[in-house]
Amino acid sequence: MTGPLFGIALAFGWLSLFAVGGAAAAIPEIHRIAVDLNHWMTDAQFADAYAIAQLSPGPNVLIVSLVGYHVAGIAGALVATLAMCVPTAALAYTVSRLLKRAGDSPWPALVQAALVPLSIGLMAASGLVLAFAADGSIAAVALTLGAAVLAATTSLNPVWLLVAGGVLGLLGWI
Amino acid sequence: MPSDSSAAGLSLDPPPPALPGRLTLFLAFARMSLAGFGGVLVFARRAIVDRHRWMTADEFNETFALCHFLPGPNIVNLAVVFGARIRGLTGSIAAFLGLLAPPFLIVTTLALLYAHFGDVPALRRVLNGVSCAAVGLLLAVTWRMMLPLLKRREPVALAMLAIVFVAVGIMRWPLPRVLLATIPLSIAATWLARRRKAA
Repeated sequence: MTGPLFGIALAFGWLSLFAVGGAAAAIPEIHRIAVDLNHWMTDAQFADAYAIAQLSPGPNVLIVSLVGYHVAGIAGALVATLAMCVPTAALAYTVSRLLKRAGDSPWPALVQAALVPLSIGLMAASGLVLAFAADGSIAAVALTLGAAVLAATTSLNPVWLLVAGGVLGLLGWI
Repeated sequence: MPSDSSAAGLSLDPPPPALPGRLTLFLAFARMSLAGFGGVLVFARRAIVDRHRWMTADEFNETFALCHFLPGPNIVNLAVVFGARIRGLTGSIAAFLGLLAPPFLIVTTLALLYAHFGDVPALRRVLNGVSCAAVGLLLAVTWRMMLPLLKRREPVALAMLAIVFVAVGIMRWPLPRVLLATIPLSIAATWLARRRKAA
């Protein structure tokens, strides 16, 4: 069992250092690691993992727990989650201790302005990668676009859109 | 430090009302995490700024900006930095565990159920519908974040956005390599654009 666990720890620990813009921006790389590179899971299983992560409360990063579980059970889930969170948490802790006050941000406005478009580009890439994994029919694409428009133009609680998607799926319309 | 603040009321900055202990930190982060469907940030802001008044809105924004531009899951970074400010290392650990342990138990339970029942046709159809809708939600969030850039018509920002999208989303190049190239490029281009504007 040490084989896969070590692989999980290494892959997610390394990835976390490049997770600029948070978990949503890291989806394409998580997909690349889990589906394309290591063949830990299929496209459909990855889309399911994303759905389950969205259906459960808590930070979005927990999708790596699902990937880890898929590879090596509870131990895999634990190792994946810790590998994804602990190194960067330690970095954040160290930086905040060095800075003392919240106002002493080390990030000049220039760096912030330069990083924002990168993280938005990564989130758009996440949308594309997940759409290819999840949307297998015209109806599925229509559901995705419909949910996108409703979420962008109304203040409807997102949970209802997920529930509506589930019901449409259950009825066999997707 | 919080433990000294009761000494004589001589502290220079008036301390925020009753700084939380470690158990309170754990419970507060567990609560916001379990309330947070589709992202915890909104609930974290509500709890820390509005309900408990542990931070002002400005302090929260500054802390979040720091956490957003450090690598890693933003909200996990926020919990750790916030816990550290209040109670040092053990405060950090309490907030980290509060944020992650309860939803981890839930998500692992769901993973266990999925491993057993993932092939049941009805469940497959439900999950397929949910994932399609979830992708739509992600697209909407991305669109909302992109709007200010579109409105300000910043060519450099939009070009960098497009480059990263194509490199990672279409070419499927590895993220570390793409970022090692695009971060310096974006900083240089943004700097040049600002200098030209100022001139």
